[in-house]
Amino acid sequence: MKLDYDIIVVGAGPAGSIASRFAAEKGASVLMLEKDRDVGYPVRCGEAISKAGVSEFIEPDERWISAHINKFALISPDGTEAIVEFGDAGYVLERRIFDYELAKTAAKAGAEILTRAYVNGLIIENGKVCGVKFDYRGQQKELRSKIVIGADGVESRVGRWAGLKTYIDFRDMECCVQITASNINVDDGTLYFYFGQNVAPGGYFWIFPKVNGAANIGLGVSGMVGKKKSALSFLNNFMEKNFPNAPVLTSIAGGVPSSITLEKISAPGIMLVGDAARQVNPLSGGGIASGMIGGSIAGRIAGEAVKMNKLEHILTYDKEWHNRLGKRHEIFERIKNGIYNFSDEKFNKIAHSFNSIPKEKRTLGKLFTTALFNQPSLLVDIAKVFII
Amino acid sequence: MEYRQAKTGKLMIDILPDKCDFCGCCVGVCPEDAIELKEAEIFIIDERCTNCAKCVWSCPIEVIKFNKEGVLA
Repeated sequence: MKLDYDIIVVGAGPAGSIASRFAAEKGASVLMLEKDRDVGYPVRCGEAISKAGVSEFIEPDERWISAHINKFALISPDGTEAIVEFGDAGYVLERRIFDYELAKTAAKAGAEILTRAYVNGLIIENGKVCGVKFDYRGQQKELRSKIVIGADGVESRVGRWAGLKTYIDFRDMECCVQITASNINVDDGTLYFYFGQNVAPGGYFWIFPKVNGAANIGLGVSGMVGKKKSALSFLNNFMEKNFPNAPVLTSIAGGVPSSITLEKISAPGIMLVGDAARQVNPLSGGGIASGMIGGSIAGRIAGEAVKMNKLEHILTYDKEWHNRLGKRHEIFERIKNGIYNFSDEKFNKIAHSFNSIPKEKRTLGKLFTTALFNQPSLLVDIAKVFII
Repeated sequence: MEYRQAKTGKLMIDILPDKCDFCGCCVGVCPEDAIELKEAEIFIIDERCTNCAKCVWSCPIEVIKFNKEGVLA
């Protein structure tokens, strides 16, 4: 370990690893700190991602692909399945291997990595972030850097310490529980999404297949719902009803910041990426691909700033992110608000009318237009983000 | 009986660390930066907590409890 670095990245998830890699590729000295003892574990994720979302950053590899996805099944409260078929659309990952491999690509580009390093404060001088304070195996340490990149996830505090407004409204937090269970008899190429007041009000319930008859089964509900009934009780109800004897291999909790990106994701000496910047697709709750995109932009800009010796260059990150995905997430947020409060009857009606159109015309865009046909302003939004 | 003191008086929020999964939902919604979360360690920073209960509502596995009586020191 050196005494100081050009760039310190806090958190070794996908966003942190990609940020480290892109910064190191620009020739900057980079250190990535991870609070847990392992990169990639524990997994707090449904693990589904589109093929395009992965391939931009890493060559798909069967070692971390648990299932190949070619269908979505959206299931309405009365059990009607609306099925949307894709080509070779995406994957269910093995995140514990995937994250590890991503971190290795950062290391190959020249980044250093330190696990069991819990960042508990920032060095701030004259209003600029100049490094981190952290606990490493029981010892309090400090390291200076020109730029700190906060990739510290949903529980991010790095941005907050730097004076950015990062805390999210509890109504925008999708509070999730998930189990990985075995002996789940579902199609291993289909992602299943269940809707309705009994399964996941204001969110959705998912079954994502994994290799050999296992599946990730879980749901997210907003903190508003959690006031009355926790995600855990919804999951228990569902399992008792549908898979009462399924052996459970893992069970986890997690939060998805299901909102638009923070108003500010950079300030002097600091940049935020991934869940920490709230770079999650608010409609799907997916955050791996968008976090990696955020990480790649931030890492590249940070590397350029160091190279040019012009640190204020990092403030261009906000705009670049906004143009690449931030704007799109604002559209997704509007569509989400239009959909997630539907009544059960409405969900049923949508599934029935979707199934009455010819099979080859059943696309995701068509499904959303069916759902929102009486909200013309949202139809424009759908046209912007889906090919109908 | 001695109670823990929150920013605004008696602390009424309690995290049961033995049942916690350390997922970070509560930290994300806490407006006061009053929750410390390490790898497998979590606690409330008493003097920052305002008993707003947002962490209680956002906990997916019911590990954070609101206790009107107050949390004992």
